[in-house]
Amino acid sequence: MAVQDNIGERAPRASLLNDPVVRGIIYQVLVAAAVVAFISWIVLNTAQNLAAQNKSTGFDFLFRTAGFDISFTLFPWSRTSLYWQAFLAGLLNTLLVSIIGIFFATILGFTLGIARLSSNWLVARVATVYIETIRNIPLLLQLFFWYFAVLKAMPAVRESFALPLDIFINQRGLMVPRPLPDQEFVWVLVAIVTALIAAIAIGIWATRVRTATGRYPGQVVLAAKVADAIVSFLVALLAFSLLANMVRGISMPIMLGASVLVAAVSVTRFAPFGRATLAFVFGLTILYALLVAMFPAVPQLLIASGSAIGGLTMAWITFARATERPPSEGRFPFALLILIAVGIPSLVYWATGAQLAFEIPVLARFNFRGGVQLPPELVALVFGLTIYTAAFIAENVRGGIRAVSSGQNEAAQSLGLKEGDRLRLVIIPQAMRVIVPPLTSQYLNLTKNSSLGAAIGYPELVNVFTGTTLNQTGKAIEVIALTMAVYLTFSLLTSAFMNWYNGRVALVER
Amino acid sequence: MSQMTETTAETTARQSGMQVSKTDVAIDVIGMHKWYGDFHVLRDINLRVMRGERIVIAGPSGSGKSTLIRCINRLEEHQEGQIIVNGTELTADLKRIDEVRREVGMVFQHFNLFPHLTILQNLTLAPIWVRGIPKADAEATAMHYLERVKIPEQANKFPGQLSGGQQQRVAIARSLCMQPRIMLFDEPTSALDPEMVKEVLEVMISLAEEGMTMICVTHEMGFARQVANRVIFMDQGQIVEQNDPENFFSNPQHERTKLFLSQILH
Amino acid sequence: MTTDTAYIRDEFVPERPAPGRAGGPIMWLRANLFATPSDAILTVLGVIFLLWAVPPIYNFIIGHAVFPGGTVEDCRAEGAGACWAYIYARFNFFIYGFYPIDQYWRPNIVFILGAALILPLLIPTAPFKRINAVLFFLVFPVFGFFLLSGGVFGLSYVPTEQWGGLLVTLIISLVGIICSIPLGILLALGRQSDLPVIKTLCVMFIELWRAMPLITVLFMASIMLPLFMPTGTNVDKLLRALVGVTLFASAYLAEVVRGGLQALPRGQYEAGASLGLSYWKRTYFIILPQAIKHVIPGIVNNFIALFKDTSLVSIVGIFDLLNTVQAASSDIEWASPTQAVTGYVFAAFMFWIFCFAMSRYSLWMERRLDTGHKR
Repeated sequence: MAVQDNIGERAPRASLLNDPVVRGIIYQVLVAAAVVAFISWIVLNTAQNLAAQNKSTGFDFLFRTAGFDISFTLFPWSRTSLYWQAFLAGLLNTLLVSIIGIFFATILGFTLGIARLSSNWLVARVATVYIETIRNIPLLLQLFFWYFAVLKAMPAVRESFALPLDIFINQRGLMVPRPLPDQEFVWVLVAIVTALIAAIAIGIWATRVRTATGRYPGQVVLAAKVADAIVSFLVALLAFSLLANMVRGISMPIMLGASVLVAAVSVTRFAPFGRATLAFVFGLTILYALLVAMFPAVPQLLIASGSAIGGLTMAWITFARATERPPSEGRFPFALLILIAVGIPSLVYWATGAQLAFEIPVLARFNFRGGVQLPPELVALVFGLTIYTAAFIAENVRGGIRAVSSGQNEAAQSLGLKEGDRLRLVIIPQAMRVIVPPLTSQYLNLTKNSSLGAAIGYPELVNVFTGTTLNQTGKAIEVIALTMAVYLTFSLLTSAFMNWYNGRVALVER
Repeated sequence: MSQMTETTAETTARQSGMQVSKTDVAIDVIGMHKWYGDFHVLRDINLRVMRGERIVIAGPSGSGKSTLIRCINRLEEHQEGQIIVNGTELTADLKRIDEVRREVGMVFQHFNLFPHLTILQNLTLAPIWVRGIPKADAEATAMHYLERVKIPEQANKFPGQLSGGQQQRVAIARSLCMQPRIMLFDEPTSALDPEMVKEVLEVMISLAEEGMTMICVTHEMGFARQVANRVIFMDQGQIVEQNDPENFFSNPQHERTKLFLSQILH
Repeated sequence: MTTDTAYIRDEFVPERPAPGRAGGPIMWLRANLFATPSDAILTVLGVIFLLWAVPPIYNFIIGHAVFPGGTVEDCRAEGAGACWAYIYARFNFFIYGFYPIDQYWRPNIVFILGAALILPLLIPTAPFKRINAVLFFLVFPVFGFFLLSGGVFGLSYVPTEQWGGLLVTLIISLVGIICSIPLGILLALGRQSDLPVIKTLCVMFIELWRAMPLITVLFMASIMLPLFMPTGTNVDKLLRALVGVTLFASAYLAEVVRGGLQALPRGQYEAGASLGLSYWKRTYFIILPQAIKHVIPGIVNNFIALFKDTSLVSIVGIFDLLNTVQAASSDIEWASPTQAVTGYVFAAFMFWIFCFAMSRYSLWMERRLDTGHKR
C-alpha cells in the first residue's frame, strides 16, 4: 500500500513524475487497481466454489420456513416461522440482553467508580480489587463460570432457592412473578406518564422561578411543606412496620400514632429529631435483617445489639445533617415531586378500581407453574456482561471525575456554594463531558459482547442467525452480510451520537 | 513562644487610649498550627488583620504562604489554635464555614473559572444559588463588575476564549459579585505572561484604593510597596518578619529576609 | 529604625508531631477509615461484607481444598473445596493440549526462547534492541512454527489440530500482535493520508472491523475464508482463526497508532520535510519512532484485550486454554461437585496473571514516558 502526503511543499520540478500531485494520483490509481483486482479475485473464487457446491445466492431464503426451535423469543415462535422471523428473534434477544445489561452495568459501574475515589481506604480498596480482577479475566470465561459453574449447579426444580418477592432460582433459571394488569390498568399507565411529566415540569418551573426571582414560588413552597409531612408519614409508616416485623407487640394503632407524630414534627423546627428517629429504626431493622441472613451462626442478641449501635450512629449522622438543612423555603421541593409522581398514579389506581394481580410462580409436580421463567442463559449473560462491563465503566467514571481539577471544587467552595450545588452546577456537568463518550463506547462494547451468549446457548443474533440459520441454509455470504450490517448499524449510530454529543458539549477554546 | 504581633491600627488605637473594637478586626489568627500528615507546615501563626488593611505575604516557595490563606476560608483545616474571620471562629461546623466563605472572596493562581459556563454565568452562579439574588439583578451586578475590570464585551464568551490576564480579571470580578468583605489573593499573577501582569495588578490596586481588606500572596514587590500596609515574610511555615513596606524593603532585620530580598530584588 | 508594627522572630519554632496523632497506625486508621461518621459506617459495612465473603472463598481455594496428592474421593467428599489434584493431574493437557507427550520438549524450547527474547525487549535500557526485535518479530515466529509443526529436519510432523492449551492461546495472541503491528501502522498512516482514495479505503477497513464483534469475525474467517480461496485450497483451522484475529487486531492497533501520530507536534513533520527527506524516509526515521514510543502503553493495552479475546477461538473449535479447561471439566475420572469451578478458577488465574502483569507494565511505561516527556 502506498501512501503520500503533502506536508512540506517543495518547489515543482521539471519531471511530471516528481510532481507531488501527479504522484499522488498515480499512487491512488495503483492502490485502487490492486484493491479492485483483489476483490474480483475473491469474487471469482467464491463464485467457482459456490458453483462447485451447487449453491445459489440471494435473499429469498429469508421467506422460507425455518423449522428449528428457539428456546426463548419475545414473540410467539414455532417451527413454521420463517427465517426472517428468526433473524428478528435473534436481534430482539440481542437488544433485550443489551438493554438490561446496560442498565445494571451503568448503576454498578458508577457506584464502583465513585467507590474507588472514596476517601475511605477500605471501600476504595474493595473497588480496586474488583476492577483489577474482573477486567483481567476474559469475558467468555466469566460467562462459562456463571452459566456452567453457578446456574447449572443450582439445585433442581424441587429444591429451588426462594428469594424475596416470590422469586425462585433453580437449574432452569429464574422464576419471577408475572404482572397481570386488567383493562382499567391502562389508565394507571397514562397517569404514571402524566404525573412524571407534571413532576418534571413543576421541577423545571420551580428552578426557573428560583433563578429569576431568588426564591421558589410560594405555591410550591406551601405544597412542598404538605408533601414533606405526607412523605414523612409514609416513610415513618414503612419504618415502623419494619420494626413491627422485628419486634413483636407493636400494633397498628401504635404505628399509626407514631407516624402521625413524626409527620407533625417534620413541619416544625424539631424536624431533625423525627428524621433521626426514622434513621435509627431503618438502620436497626435493615442491619438486623441483613446480618441475620449473612451470619446465621452468630447469636441473635449479639446481632441485635450490634444493629442498635449501627442505628444510633445513623441517627447521629442524620441529626447532624438535618440541622444543617436550609429551611424548606430554600430547598428544592423533592418530596413534592416524588409525591406527585407516585401519588397521582396511586390515586388513579384506587379510583378506577384497576387491578394489578401478580401471577406467582408455584412449584407444581415437575416444574413451576405461572410466573415468567427467565432462562439461565439470559440470567448468566446479564450477570456476566454487567459485572464485566461495570469494571470498565467504573474506570471511565473515575477518570471523568478526576479530570475535573481540584481547583474547580475549591473555586466553588470559596464562592460559598454548598456541596450539593457544587456537585450539581460545577463538578457533574464537567465530569459528564469526559465520561459520556467512553461510556457510549462501553455500551457498544456490551452490545457486541452480547454475541458471546452464543457460546452458552442464549439465542441472540449470532447464535440464531449466524449459527443455526447459516448451518441450515448454507447461505454464508448473505447471512454474514446481514449480521455485519446489524453491527455496523449499531456502531454507526453510536459514533453519530458521540459526534453530536461532542459537538454539543465541546468546551469553547481559543 | 512568641509575642503577639500587632497592627498599626491597633497600636494607634492603644496609644490614643481607645479600646480596639471587635468589629474592626477582620481576621484574627491566634497560635495556629497546621500539619499535612506528619509534616508541620504552619507553626505558631499569629496574625490580626484590621478592616481595610492590605497585607502582602512574601516568602520562598514552600514556606506555607498559600496554605495560610487557604486556611482562612477553610480550604485547608488547621489542627491547633484559632482562626476567627468576621467574628466567626472556623471549626468543622459546615454552617460557620459557609458563613465565612460567603464573606471572603478568593482569587487563585490558575484562575479556576468554570470552563463549561459563560463569563456571565461564572459571575452569577454564586449570587443566584448562594445569596438567592434574582437573576436579572445578579446579571446587572455582574456587568457592573465586568465593567470595573474593563471586559464587559466578553460577557457571553467562554473562559477558554479569553487570555490569561482577562481570565484572572474575570476571576476577581466573580469574587466581587458576592460582595465580600475580605479578598484573598493566592499568587494571582504567577501564572500570567509578563505583559498581562499589569492589567491584573491595576484591578487589584483600584480595589485597594476603595478600602477593601486584602491579603495577597505575591512576588510582585512593586505592588507590595505601592499598596500594602504591612509586608509579612514567611519561611519554614512561620512568620519570620513583618513591617511596613518602606522599612521592610529598605531595612530588613532578619537574616532570612535579607537573603530572600537579595535574591528577588536585583 | 523599626516602627512598632514591626515584628521579628528571634527563634524558630521547632517542628513537632501533630497533636493527638502520635501513634502511626492509629492516626492512619482515623484518617482513612473513621474520618467522619459516614466513613465509619461504610467501614463497618465493608468489614461485615469481607467477613461474609472472604472465609468461604479462602476455604474453597485453600482451607478445604484438595491439593496435589489428594484423590478424586477427597474431592467428592462433602464440603470439599477446590480440587487442585485434578488440575495437577491434567496440567499438561491445559498447557500443551493434544501435543504428543514425547515431543513436549519442542513447545518447551519455544516457551523458553520466547521468554528469553521478549524480556530484554520489554526492558527499555537493555542493549541490542534492533537485533532483539528482528529476532523476536521475524526469526522467532518462523523458527517456532517449524519446531512445533515439524516435518523437517527429522522432526515428526505434528498437525495444528493437536496443538492446544496455553500454547495455542500464546501462539494466537503473539501472532495476532506481531502481524497486526505492521498492518496497523500502514492503516494508521493511510488514515492520516491526504490522498482521498487511500484514506477512504483505510477508514472503511478500520471502521468495518471495529464494528464487528470478534466472534462474528471468527465465524467469517472459518466459513468465508475457504470460499474466498481458489477451489481446492485447504486452509488450516488455526490459520483461519489467526487471519481473523490479525485483521481484527490490526484495525484496533491502527487507531492506537493514529493517536500517537496525532500527538506528535506538527514541527516534527515540518522539520522532516525541511531536511528534504522523502515521505517514506521521513516516516521511517522521524515520525514512526517517536509515535510508536508514545503509544507503547496503548499497544500493550491492546495486547491485553487481544490476549483475553483469544479465548473466543474455543467457539470455532480450537483447543485454547479455556477450551481445554472446558473440555476437561466433563472428565468422568475426576468428576466431583467442584471440578468445573476449579477449572475455571485455574484458567481465570492463568489469564489474570498475564493480563495483570502486562497492565502493570503498561502503567509503568506510561509513567516513564510521561516523565521523559516533561524533561
